Amino acid sequence: MAESAPPLPKERTLWQRIKRDRVMLLLTLPGLLYFIVFHYVPLLGYVVAFQDYEPYLGYMHSVWVGFSNFTAAFGESAFWSATSNTLEIALIQLVFFFPIPVALALLLNSITSDRVRRFVQSVVYLPHFIGWVIIVSIFQQLLGGAGLLPDVLAGLGLPRYDMMSDPDAFPWLLTLQVAWKDAGWGTIIILAALLTIDRQQYEAAAIDGAGPWRRLWHVTLPGIAPVLILLLILNLGQILSVGFEQILLQRDAVGPDAGEVLDTYVYYHGIKDNDWGVAAAVGLVKAVIGTALVLGANKLAHRLGHEGVYRGADR
Amino acid sequence: MLTAEKTQPGSVRTEPANRDGRTASRKSDGRPPWMEKPTRTGRLAKGLALVVVVSAVAYPLLGVIGTSFASQTDIIRSTGLVLWPDHPTLDAYRTIFTGGVVTRALIVSVGITVVGTLASLLVTIGMAYGLSRREVTGSRFILMTALFTMLFNAGIIPNFLLVKGLGLYDTYAALVLPTLVSAFNLVVLRSFFMSLPEELYDAAKVDGAGDLGILVRIVLPLSKAVLAVISLFYAVTYWNAFFNSLLYLDDSEKWPLPMVLRTYVLQGQSLNSASVGEALAPQQAVQMAVLVIAVVPILLVYPFLQRYFTKGVLTGAIKG
Repeated sequence: MAESAPPLPKERTLWQRIKRDRVMLLLTLPGLLYFIVFHYVPLLGYVVAFQDYEPYLGYMHSVWVGFSNFTAAFGESAFWSATSNTLEIALIQLVFFFPIPVALALLLNSITSDRVRRFVQSVVYLPHFIGWVIIVSIFQQLLGGAGLLPDVLAGLGLPRYDMMSDPDAFPWLLTLQVAWKDAGWGTIIILAALLTIDRQQYEAAAIDGAGPWRRLWHVTLPGIAPVLILLLILNLGQILSVGFEQILLQRDAVGPDAGEVLDTYVYYHGIKDNDWGVAAAVGLVKAVIGTALVLGANKLAHRLGHEGVYRGADR
Repeated sequence: MLTAEKTQPGSVRTEPANRDGRTASRKSDGRPPWMEKPTRTGRLAKGLALVVVVSAVAYPLLGVIGTSFASQTDIIRSTGLVLWPDHPTLDAYRTIFTGGVVTRALIVSVGITVVGTLASLLVTIGMAYGLSRREVTGSRFILMTALFTMLFNAGIIPNFLLVKGLGLYDTYAALVLPTLVSAFNLVVLRSFFMSLPEELYDAAKVDGAGDLGILVRIVLPLSKAVLAVISLFYAVTYWNAFFNSLLYLDDSEKWPLPMVLRTYVLQGQSLNSASVGEALAPQQAVQMAVLVIAVVPILLVYPFLQRYFTKGVLTGAIKG
């Protein structure tokens, strides 16, 4: 592409080049405007974190209060509870959800009939496209007070158990729902990684007498390890952002002690209680640490994953 | 198409075999010759696992659909959801469509989805194409401006203040504009455009086509598969938009389906009384009927688009 483009004559000015590319540049303009207006301009809104913001006064006339919103938030036990809930939910999902798509991908990959595999793939990809409101409603029918599980338990003579309103079960409930929605979708990247494993390695292992389980351990898992490490690192970068819509929809059922995470804390403090300054301060802290984590994760992935992923792709 | 065939997860089995040139020696059941015959227990365990996985997805969806057609007796007799109603009835649907709430929300959701998807597609295509040729002045800078937004998120409060400041609060535009372009879709589309052979552009240029002509007459017709996938992604985002409606809509008359779902299904407010419809059907059937209306459009579109996203659009993007 760029390599085959003729070298630009040096005497062209910037203006002449823009004029030459005007059609292409005009095509990018609406998109560029979108990114500037809806992703960069709002960053200015974080000035609120340093103000005693009053909507009717606006940014210009609200009182500047320095870091007092931050100290107010850090002095509040609700903030620390939201932080620990966020980390707890993220870690439980990381440990218990992460292996599911891997196992499912291995299962899918072992199906010898193309027709059966395509059918199963179509079914398991589907929930990814279903919204959280619908999924939570469905789970309400399955696990909620009058749902399937309590009915079955009652039928067995056991006490009715409502998982949807049990604060202790909340992280597990979320993990279960995430698994239902995205376990299938998550197999796509693992299946792609499985594709890159050289068939001859399997054949050689089989000739050397390795059975299916030993081939899985010594050929398959090392073959997809770079992608797994990459995914794990990228997940670690997202650790402060656990499913916001999903949790917002179910926070009230378990109460804020178990159901509050950083994002819902910001939402309830800011939008609901008009405590704009504190909400923006917490949002800013979360955004800064979150971005640092994402950047760090990407850097680490490049350092570790780069070689592995590309070596696989080049084969 | 060009990048597509290579990375198709559907071809997991056949592709490596082709690469080794041993297609001919492959048995009809797709098992390579060195692989041992699966044991009976192994096959049974695998079959069982697949049945469990498929039912875990299918049972709740089929149960919701079944219950929406169930009568009061069916619901009383059942445990949880009704898979197959013995006395099927359309009462639940009559109830929700006689009251205005669900009908109006359905119209709003369809409108937002159609308008939003078209707007998103137009802007994304323009931007992806404009950035697909490296020699365009400033394209690298513009690309970086867009990609950088993947690394941070302005957050709830600043976004809310922006939407208010732009005068979009309580308008439908607030459900479309803040999510107009997805940087991920932009990257997918741009890498697809870049993968088209250079000769296509050169030939069209010789024929006197301008940049816009090349896009409309050559690039877009070749990009149907990737455009189908991206449309699906956008459409699903707009169709499922819940948080933006909660955040930016004040007037419940403007609510799209997810908000109505939350109020009447999740929070259990009675649709019968709220929507002036007559109480024809059991509450649970009515709630499931609303869910069906929210899920069915996805179920209908999905099979047509599903075959495209196995075509490596995603895996291509993940690698690139």
